[in-house]
Amino acid sequence: MAGKTLYDKLWDDHVVRQEDDGTALIYIDRQLLHEVTSPQAFEGLRLANRQPWRVDANLATPDHNVPTTSLEGGVDGIEDPISRIQVQTLNSNTREFGITEYGMGDVRQGIVHVVGPESGATLPGMTVVCGDSHTSTHGALGALAHGIGTSEVEHVLATQCLIQKKMKNMLVRVDGQLQPGVGPKDVVLAIIGAIGTAGGTGYALEFGGQVMRDMSIEGRMTVCNMAIEAGARAGLVACDDRTIEYVKGRPFAPTGDNWEAAVAYWSNLKSDEDAVFDKVVELDGSRIQPQVTWGTSPEMVGSVHDRVPDPALEADPVKSAGISRALEYMGLPPNMAIQDIQVDYVFIGSCTNSRIEDLRAAAQVLKGRKVAASVEQALAVPGSGLVKQQAEAEGLDQIFIEAGFEWRNPGCSMCLAMNADRLPAKKHCASTSNRNFEGRQGAGGRTHLVSPQMAAAAAVAGHFVDVRDLVEVVQ
Amino acid sequence: MSLTLFTQLKAIVAPLDRANVDTDAIIPKQFLKSIKRTGFGPNLFDEWRYLDVGEPGEDCAGRPINPDFVLNQSRYQGAKILLARENFGCGSSREHAPWALKDYGFDVVIAPSFADIFFNNCFKNGILPIVLPEALVDSLFKQVMAQAGYQLDVDLTAQTITLADGTQICFEVDAFRRHCLLNGLDDIGLTLVHQDAIKKYEAKRREQAPWLFSTQ
Ligand code: SF4
Repeated sequence: MAGKTLYDKLWDDHVVRQEDDGTALIYIDRQLLHEVTSPQAFEGLRLANRQPWRVDANLATPDHNVPTTSLEGGVDGIEDPISRIQVQTLNSNTREFGITEYGMGDVRQGIVHVVGPESGATLPGMTVVCGDSHTSTHGALGALAHGIGTSEVEHVLATQCLIQKKMKNMLVRVDGQLQPGVGPKDVVLAIIGAIGTAGGTGYALEFGGQVMRDMSIEGRMTVCNMAIEAGARAGLVACDDRTIEYVKGRPFAPTGDNWEAAVAYWSNLKSDEDAVFDKVVELDGSRIQPQVTWGTSPEMVGSVHDRVPDPALEADPVKSAGISRALEYMGLPPNMAIQDIQVDYVFIGSCTNSRIEDLRAAAQVLKGRKVAASVEQALAVPGSGLVKQQAEAEGLDQIFIEAGFEWRNPGCSMCLAMNADRLPAKKHCASTSNRNFEGRQGAGGRTHLVSPQMAAAAAVAGHFVDVRDLVEVVQ
Repeated sequence: MSLTLFTQLKAIVAPLDRANVDTDAIIPKQFLKSIKRTGFGPNLFDEWRYLDVGEPGEDCAGRPINPDFVLNQSRYQGAKILLARENFGCGSSREHAPWALKDYGFDVVIAPSFADIFFNNCFKNGILPIVLPEALVDSLFKQVMAQAGYQLDVDLTAQTITLADGTQICFEVDAFRRHCLLNGLDDIGLTLVHQDAIKKYEAKRREQAPWLFSTQ
């Protein structure tokens, strides 16, 4: 019998019961909650007169709607009344049901996918869900993590389980060694460019190979974060010594005998040598260049040295029309050199790239440099209060501020612009977030997805540029 | 939530001729601030449907309409079936997307492929997503665009679609999901029937992996 994949192992350990047709009841170890996708779930519980099955398995924090400018006045200080009600609703729901919340003003508050791993609420081997598609992020720790809809949030609250069918197994193996100046964001953008935004649909996507083994846990989070952009609900990376080192000492991490037992269990959280995947994709990591998206889907991506495509050269009529529409929305002529695209806004943040390593990478480029005069706004938004605190302890905030960035408070911010941070129509933004959909960062806004280094380099140059042409990058 | 269920539906088809229609396009984020499940219909495809930028709580009746957008064309008024291209519903997990489609009046979405989370969310909200081969979807697009008032007849019980010319197509739907859709069953209630199994699992798991139960 063939060995098991990491996904097979995680799945098998969480099956509560299984129907003949493969539909299974899967036990959920951790649910993370935020203000946008939970109100209707709590309302559903109340209407049906139900209680949460296991209060201690839930952790909540507001992120999408929180202002990043000033936290003064707390929740009641949120200017937009509709946003305020949503954050207040999370507060009252968690209070009513006794769920722990890192609320506004708590240093532990932040983007839910930054907070989970940072607090140790996400651990290897867990099943983790959240009403947010970027829950795939947590798979970086060797956990089975995926986004769910609000009905399922309610289902997990009420039963601690989800009704699921097993996904297929896919391995993306990135071997070789990355060039200096090329990071996890470039790796995942290159993967999406290779397999397309629907390439992972129906699969649990394990990222493996030398590049992933060499990558830090935060880097793995960046990669898994965007598994959903490749169509896969769940991204996974095998648990190794780096993972265990990362988890150790975090507030929710086990201690004492429990720690020893957990480490023993975690050490098996990898695909067996002889495991069979339904699909395997291979990439040569040493050939990946810094990536920039030029269109309105993450698969519309290329190297910073490329040109935007010409729809006339695309044979498939649906694809050709898609390219034309994207270029029209983005205001780019066919065949334009990506380096000639002028950047009006820069956003460093989001659950993809707002952790301490991301801020360090950007600061390394910005140190002693200035944001180009043509750039209208440059934002640095740490992923959580603790990330912000750490960055300030390292003096990174000063580097950002001296370069001309605004140093903000934690939240989703201009990643999706539910709060006041919005990209104006027709403006081009070098963004470290994960989605370049039409209107994502603000109605009519034009998003280009890049790594933190590349965003910093674009900020300095005023247009896209290979970060390695600007600074000598230390790996 | 009470769902309007159907076993059989004959209705006008609206063709949305774009691939990778994402959830930000289906319902832009500013409308996600609502704490309700209803009222999203007027803002379905907001950025394509209107020429201005919509805000939550605004009355859409007076807003400038984009006459080119398919749902604004008179021949597609009253459509209950949406015909779409590949990877429909990609992007976020927001259930507001199926809420908006349902609220607008769509009961069925047909596409060559759907994003996983969206697909799942449809069933939870009384929308039937039907996957058909790309070539077939392509031919449906041609037929729908060629003939005003084009209707399809979808039968969930028989799992068939009858075209305007009488041709019948079969479609697949997961047996459990079909059962829930036909009977309007409450997933949570169904799961709680198995609460002993959940408790048994927990007891066993607590022995194997005690740290999972002492994390707070
Ligand atoms: S940072 Fe962006 S992608 Fe991440 S959870 Fe917030 S809105 Fe979603």
